[in-house]
Amino acid sequence: MSEEQIRNLEAQFEERIARDEKIEPKDWMPEKYRQTHIRQMSQHAHSEIVGMLPEGNWITRAPSLRRKVALLAKVQDEAGHGLYLYSACETLGISRDELYEQLHSGKAKYSSIFNYPTVTWADMGAIGWLVDGAAIINQVPLCNTSFGPYARAMVRVCKEESFHQRQGYEIMIKLANGTPEQKEMAQDALNRWWWPSLMMLGPTDAESVHTEQSMKWKLKRKSNDELRQQFVDQTVPQADLIGLTIPDPDLKWNEERGSYDFGEIDWDEFWQVVKGHGPMNKERMKARVGAWEGGAWVRDAAMAYASKNAERKDKEAV
Amino acid sequence: MNNTNLYHYILGIADNSLILGQRMGELCGHGPSLETDIACTNISLDLFGQVRSYYQYAAKIANDGRTEDDIAMLRKEREYVNVLLAEQPNTDFAYTMARHFLFDVYHFLFLTELQKSKDLTLAAIATKSLKEVSYHQRFSTDWIKRLGDGTEESHQRMQNAINDLWTYTDELFHQTDADKAMVAEGIGVDVTRLKAAYYDKVNAILEEATLSIPESKYFQKGGKKGIHTEHMGYLLTELQYMQRTYPNMEW
Ligand SMILES: [Fe+2]
Ligand SMILES: [Fe+2]
Ligand SMILES: [Fe+2]
Repeated sequence: MSEEQIRNLEAQFEERIARDEKIEPKDWMPEKYRQTHIRQMSQHAHSEIVGMLPEGNWITRAPSLRRKVALLAKVQDEAGHGLYLYSACETLGISRDELYEQLHSGKAKYSSIFNYPTVTWADMGAIGWLVDGAAIINQVPLCNTSFGPYARAMVRVCKEESFHQRQGYEIMIKLANGTPEQKEMAQDALNRWWWPSLMMLGPTDAESVHTEQSMKWKLKRKSNDELRQQFVDQTVPQADLIGLTIPDPDLKWNEERGSYDFGEIDWDEFWQVVKGHGPMNKERMKARVGAWEGGAWVRDAAMAYASKNAERKDKEAV
Repeated sequence: MNNTNLYHYILGIADNSLILGQRMGELCGHGPSLETDIACTNISLDLFGQVRSYYQYAAKIANDGRTEDDIAMLRKEREYVNVLLAEQPNTDFAYTMARHFLFDVYHFLFLTELQKSKDLTLAAIATKSLKEVSYHQRFSTDWIKRLGDGTEESHQRMQNAINDLWTYTDELFHQTDADKAMVAEGIGVDVTRLKAAYYDKVNAILEEATLSIPESKYFQKGGKKGIHTEHMGYLLTELQYMQRTYPNMEW
């Protein structure tokens, strides 16, 4: 293809997106579009999978059977999200094994929030309420993103994430209305998860790369700072309602803006965790790589068995 | 308690699902593939669902103010009456699948009979659980075949698992006093009568999976009397952690 032909194709492609048409895997697309989507969707998929670990940490210790069942179901949902997203990614011509390889080698990123430890039961509440809450804010706009498989995956994922968010908040309500010890546990969890949750919405706009291109492709519809503001405005009244205090002395309602002003995020901490030096980065990767490498003989056996079976069937057919 | 035998009989069924569900829950997020991870979590979920139905019923029978959670999480180790098989650890994926397979085949036969119980609550739980357990049985049977007849390594690992866990199979068919009383009333299942069908089925699948059937005639028992292996205390430590650390609270 000549350069001019490519330019024409690109122009048509951008027009389709501007008309709100969905791009499907078999459609022509600029290489950069493909790569950007592989990067973003796989990063999202990895986050779902790594995100199973901090909550998985409490399955055997859940305080009641009802909570245990709900937690198992939640973590299973996250696995399902990972599965859809990897499949959506595979439509762009990359295999799941390659994507895992990128995760395990540290080339691909996942959401940094999962590099914090879950140290009490209340963390199960805080994660559902805040982390799934922030994820929804990030992901709802993606239900209208330009790449069809991603948009459709997000519709289903968002429904489940909002269920998780309610479930997490409900754990917090119960604790906040419980004994002084329980209430203290809830407040402590909020103290520890609040700032990392704000960081989840990404670096501040001044420092954020990729944004302009992403806006055009509807991979991003609002800036990180706008999303963060939305999260704060949505979450503060929920904390108030159950008598928990947001751990930010600078938090104040701003009448003029009709929004909350809030304190400065510790960006040094943010970058430290992003660069791999958070409290749990090493453990999370050890768990993922361990499961993958430890499971290699199982996957090999399944393949060997399947091909033996296919051979047997061929022989029968003869 | 006006029906001690029924209460103990329910625990004899439910404790197996509780302990197996707990073991399966340990694996969540650490499976050999995303698909198996989801399937194993599903099995754990099914088992805990069954557990809740049984313990809610047991709590009603006990009628002493205890809840399903009190029964699940606040007994002493000696009061848990699951079979030893259920509490064996996830040494590797072959052990996990072998443990479930050796239990699932029993569980399926057991629930099929329990559906005929004169106790309508138990019969209803059995019918509902049977659908789930037939899936569990299919899943673990498939893995016995895949690993048994997969690679040399997987064959060896599965054979080791079967050899080690075989010693716990005989206990499945021991009758407790509560069993005998409930069988007499037409409520319980006579497990001694499931034994032949169990070994027929298990042996046939092991053969198909190119595995050898262990010849040892030495079996372990004790779980049904509350005498467990050394693994049990640690399992309960996690299971009971919250209820023990924060007594009398709601979650
Ligand atoms: Fe998710
Ligand atoms: Fe997500
Ligand atoms: Fe979620």
